[in-house]
Amino acid sequence: MLDKLLPIDPQIAERIDALNLSFNKFGIDPYGIARTDLIRFMSGFAWIYRHYFKVDVYGLENVPSHGRAMLIGNHSGGVAIDAAMVMGSMLLDAEPPRLPQAMIDRFIHQFPGASQIMSRTGQFTGNPDQAIRLLRDDRLLLVFPEGARGTAKLAKDADTLVGFGTGFMRLALETKSPIIPFGFVGGGEALPTVANLKTLGRLIGIPYIPITKWGVLVPKPTRFQLLYGKPMVFEGSGHERDEICGAMVDEVKTRISDLIRQGRQLREKNITEADLVL
Amino acid sequence: MKVLVTGVAGTLGQRVAMRLIERGHDVIGIDRRPWADAPKSIEMHQYDIRKRPAEDVFRTRRPQAAIHMATVTHLVHKSPDRMRVNLYGTRAFIQHCHNYGVKQAIFVGRHTFYGAAADSPLYHTEDEPPMAAHSFPELADLVAADLYAASALWRYPEIATCVLRMVYTLGPSKHGTLASYLKGPTVPLVMGFDPLLHFIHEDDAAEAIATALSRKLHGVYNVSGPTPVPISIIVRAAGRRTLPVPAIMINLGLGRLALPNLPPAAIDHLKYPIVVDSEAFKRATGYQHRYDERETIDAFRAAQ
Repeated sequence: MLDKLLPIDPQIAERIDALNLSFNKFGIDPYGIARTDLIRFMSGFAWIYRHYFKVDVYGLENVPSHGRAMLIGNHSGGVAIDAAMVMGSMLLDAEPPRLPQAMIDRFIHQFPGASQIMSRTGQFTGNPDQAIRLLRDDRLLLVFPEGARGTAKLAKDADTLVGFGTGFMRLALETKSPIIPFGFVGGGEALPTVANLKTLGRLIGIPYIPITKWGVLVPKPTRFQLLYGKPMVFEGSGHERDEICGAMVDEVKTRISDLIRQGRQLREKNITEADLVL
Repeated sequence: MKVLVTGVAGTLGQRVAMRLIERGHDVIGIDRRPWADAPKSIEMHQYDIRKRPAEDVFRTRRPQAAIHMATVTHLVHKSPDRMRVNLYGTRAFIQHCHNYGVKQAIFVGRHTFYGAAADSPLYHTEDEPPMAAHSFPELADLVAADLYAASALWRYPEIATCVLRMVYTLGPSKHGTLASYLKGPTVPLVMGFDPLLHFIHEDDAAEAIATALSRKLHGVYNVSGPTPVPISIIVRAAGRRTLPVPAIMINLGLGRLALPNLPPAAIDHLKYPIVVDSEAFKRATGYQHRYDERETIDAFRAAQ
């Protein structure tokens, strides 16, 4: 489907090949990721990432260049622009590039087109069995523990965090995966949401319809700050009591708020890159 | 070894029977359909597995092993008869194995057991519950037959029972669910969806069943061949044109407008993948498929 719409950028092709996915004779990896679809998708997305938006990425070296790991961060802004920018930073900026595979909300795969693009680029519905399999396969998982409640934050709350589930921590413990906390700042400016239409959203099968200051859901060109913190490693089996697991989750949550705070300071030019504690 | 095969006249049944003959087994076939050009060395009985004469075959011939492939899997076959064949047929098979001293029983089931849904994981493992039954009532009988066969594992521990959940077969016979779907020159897809389909060459499938027999496999196992391929790529590689149709139009047009006569829930199988993990089977048997994804589709395409 994408082939008719998007041209191929040879540099992007090189980066996708550097991911070392094991493609079969049709260029499909065992999870259905399609080499050419991924290249075309990223060739188009690269323009948005580099020119429509600008992303100041810090601490990219904190993301392991290989092996299993979980990127854990905040949602900011009415839709998951943050996820797209994380994807961009890992595929377009990181050396060597890595493919983050997000655990996405279940409604997305129910939509025509969205389902197809997500399937071919390795973005699956969040499901513990799926997550464990990908981690055991040494993939890079992207999880927003706030879930849809996180994207539902209105612009005024964009830098705050709502409740975290413990699911991601149990996955990390069970698969012995390092957690790379990240903070994302600027989503509230790109998409200043002032209200969410929940009833109308439910009618068409999505959690809510965000309404921005200018009504429609078109983000304005924005500069974002994306800060990757040092890997956090926790010891355990993944079957701990909720209090124990919850304390570990709080540690990650505190770390992410701190990264968001520093990102905000950078954005307001109160500090410089040299002042960052990642 | 004396091996009884039910559903022996089917595409897969014939292939399994031929393999068993090659390996030096005595094959006794039961099928209510005729197998006109069956080799002389196969002892054919044209009976319904649910009827008395089929039981007599067990009683008089005393096979050491039995393979049950007499299930109706075709989705357009919607009659109550289909359910009876699948459930009562499976019960009769297990009962006869128990009553007439069969040492080893293999039930050949389907990977569609797991069901297709937007949130189901890729690579289902054998311990996952069946999700097909509630969303797809037309498959409920196959799910129930699978679970019934598996109950023999505790019900009759003296029989080495094996349940195989096999992915779609494809190949030169041009028979089976996937082959019928690919039949016409233009194949409808659900617009905006492109699920992975898991398939195996029919010769590889037959080989897997024969391997399960020779390894005296015990338990429930998924069986697959090459890694799955998106449905649109399969359609094009098979030399067909794709026709993306919005889901709502497919629902309205099923059985009309040149669209296949499928139950509405079958649409989920054109939207979401059912992909299985067959590592356990490979570990237990050392089985390796011979035909890769392209060779399998080519074999289907080349056959007349």
